[in-house]
Amino acid sequence: MLDAVGPGLRRDALIRVTDRGLYCAAGDFYIDPWLPVERAVITHAHGDHLRAGSGSYTLAQAGLRVARCRLPPDASISALAYGEPIIMGETQVSLHPAGHVLGSAQVRIAHGDQVWVVSGDYKRDADPTCAAFVPLPCDVFISEATFALPAYRWPDTQHTAREILAWWHANRSQGLASVLFAYALGKAQRVLAELASLTADCVYIHGAVAGLVDAYRAEGIRMLPTLPATVAGAADYRGALVLAPPSAAGSPWMRRFGDHRTGFCSGWMRIRGDRRRRGYDRGFVLSDHADWPSLLQTFRETGARRILLTHGHTDTMCRYLREQGVDAAALRTEYGGED
Amino acid sequence: MRRFASLFDALDTTTSTLAKVEAMSAYFATASPSDAAWAVYILIGRRAKRSVGPAALRQWLLEEAQLPAWLVEETYASVGDLAETIALLVAPETPADSDAADSDAADLSLTTWLTQRIQPLIRESDEQRRGKIAAWWHQLPYAQCFLVNKLLTGSLRVGVSRSLVTRALAACLDQPRIQIERALMGAWEPSADFWHSLRSPDAGFEISQPYPFFLASPLEGPPEALGERSRWLAEWKWDGIRGQILARGAHCALWSRGEEIITERFPEIMDSAAALPPGTVLDGEVVAGSAERVLPFAKLQQRIGRKKLTAALLAAIPGYFIAYDLLEWEGEDWRSRPLQERRAQLERLLPAAAMPAIGLSPVLSEATWEELAAARLQARARSVEGLMLKDWQAPYGTGRQRGAWWKWKIDPYVFDGVLLYAAPGHGRRSNLYTDYTFGVWRNGALVPVAKAYSGLTDAEIRRLDAWIRKNTREKFGTVRSVEPVHVFELAYEGIAKSSRHKSGIALRFPRIARWRTDKPAGEADTLDALQRVLLTHDGGS
Repeated sequence: MLDAVGPGLRRDALIRVTDRGLYCAAGDFYIDPWLPVERAVITHAHGDHLRAGSGSYTLAQAGLRVARCRLPPDASISALAYGEPIIMGETQVSLHPAGHVLGSAQVRIAHGDQVWVVSGDYKRDADPTCAAFVPLPCDVFISEATFALPAYRWPDTQHTAREILAWWHANRSQGLASVLFAYALGKAQRVLAELASLTADCVYIHGAVAGLVDAYRAEGIRMLPTLPATVAGAADYRGALVLAPPSAAGSPWMRRFGDHRTGFCSGWMRIRGDRRRRGYDRGFVLSDHADWPSLLQTFRETGARRILLTHGHTDTMCRYLREQGVDAAALRTEYGGED
Repeated sequence: MRRFASLFDALDTTTSTLAKVEAMSAYFATASPSDAAWAVYILIGRRAKRSVGPAALRQWLLEEAQLPAWLVEETYASVGDLAETIALLVAPETPADSDAADSDAADLSLTTWLTQRIQPLIRESDEQRRGKIAAWWHQLPYAQCFLVNKLLTGSLRVGVSRSLVTRALAACLDQPRIQIERALMGAWEPSADFWHSLRSPDAGFEISQPYPFFLASPLEGPPEALGERSRWLAEWKWDGIRGQILARGAHCALWSRGEEIITERFPEIMDSAAALPPGTVLDGEVVAGSAERVLPFAKLQQRIGRKKLTAALLAAIPGYFIAYDLLEWEGEDWRSRPLQERRAQLERLLPAAAMPAIGLSPVLSEATWEELAAARLQARARSVEGLMLKDWQAPYGTGRQRGAWWKWKIDPYVFDGVLLYAAPGHGRRSNLYTDYTFGVWRNGALVPVAKAYSGLTDAEIRRLDAWIRKNTREKFGTVRSVEPVHVFELAYEGIAKSSRHKSGIALRFPRIARWRTDKPAGEADTLDALQRVLLTHDGGS
């Protein structure tokens, strides 16, 4: 019986962990299911949260274009404005900014006198490419915990952006290309938007990044001008900045750049061992997830009496919260994978 | 300090050796003489006397971090480096405008930090130290906080080799590398004077300075590739500690390759060295035993491990110096002469009745590569590591220059062990499980016999790490016991009895040769098999 409820959840819970994903029985829908279901409510379009094959998808209007890039053309999608409530079964559901990537949303579910909020992935740092996280008062807050270790504290984003620019310019002065790896959805656009306040130069982008950059531009996000880095030998990449997904590292695609330096933008780059082990020349600390202080701040601001953690350093955060007198538990989900 | 922090950052954030050399040259060219000298001292891995131990820093971190102790420990285990953990948990975040020049005035030089802030801590009380260090933690920006912690504990590894530092110095001082290499040998104090002496190397010559050791490269192919047998001197590769005897008049010293003076450890060798003509420097191997019989390396380790040299110890494990090269003769540097000439003079000098603890490494007379290969097979029975092949016409080089000296080692011993425990690595390998313990079978149970840290590829390490996390049986602190499933072929250089190990044996330099994914755990080796090696080979006496 316990298995059906999932560890960390009580039998009367509004949301349960099933083998398909987080399930709300009262509303008969799933949130970010990892297997096909009839009705899916989606927090954001990263691959571990948005998967093809479900009957219908409900997501935030701001993320519609991005989600279209990631789903088959015949997928049935309905989009909601942030804060716009809809009735699903016995529940009232609304989506609210999560500050993670363009169109990312927290899912607020009201049922009777209970309010539950599922955060998806989120951050509290300023990001010119998406609406800022809004803390929602709730009874139970289901949070990510990707970087739930006190070592993870993010430096100021503009400071990191200036570091990236200085690195690019230093490489340029030596006639080298700067290949910067960043996740194709969210991080790459954030880098382009942050750099836009420091320079007006053109940036080359990998094909996997290009479609998403177009989607962001169509939503009115201001970013540096870009050119495709798709045709081998067609451009002179000396001194250029190139944005590519991490999967491009070490691939034959890299050959076109000749002599180059590599960098990686991620929260993991906060730790020197990780910077060195990944084999990039430079690591830049830039994350779309909440750092340790932001997680704690957010838990306080929601006023939740119970915190449930979906992925990341869940055990560590759980133990810490319990010692602080907060009711907390870890859920077993299949999220995690980017950043 | 900020400039040194930038240098550290530049070295730490590139994998290009050229970029590293350029970053160091640029620093040396613009730093004050004493800062430059200190930077050299730190970069080549010299350690000043530690002013505070890691245990104290760890304790103060627990108090300063305002976090539960378990959480600090868990963060440390994940980060893998104490200096970094402190900076991550306590240092203020870098303010956005930290590069601004207005705080330049507050920036102390590297020399000031070391000589006026860090070194005086040695004489202070724990309470004073704690107060000062905790204040630095809270005030310094992240990068400097990390560096000061590294300097406090006396170890800073930044991925530059000594030879890279030498290259950078040679480039910026416009001196030959061999001169720089020589000046960095032996004992020296980081100071403006030292820096000036590097610029005019003759002024920096000291009677106590050894020559940089010439190192052999491993022979990877068949020896026939080296051409005619007669071009090469062949001798045993002695299993001891590389050493240099300096006999310069009143000054006699024995240096090890680790650049330590080990004169005091080997009085019998020094008694013999006193009979050398003044102005002589010998290169050779310090071993345990005598001209007739060299003892296994484990014996030499016992001898070095003892603080007190009792008469019984000196008799049981005598020290002996096997000379194989002559670097200085009659006060003149002979290194540029061909080996043939150096060796001829060495043979006129040794052996000598007045020097019973110094012998001559014999030249092997086998006339063909084939005969030599056969001789190499007897190496283990002689307690040597294999053969050395040296070009008769070559001068004595510096460092590991390839081509003139080759080591042709015997193949290592191997056995198949089962992975039992794993612990996270440190530094570059922190938060990956990379420190492994392996066991072999005895009466149906697995007994731990060896720890190994190296030998797997990065891809294999990641694969094994993921497996370990999923197949943990128990956690003991940061150590995990795992399901005994995976078999690895381990290579090692020697075996000795040990009362300190549960298995009763100690292996020398065990490392992973390969992952035997084809072998089930039941087919791993037994302790009996290892003990048979002990009986039939060295170390058993």
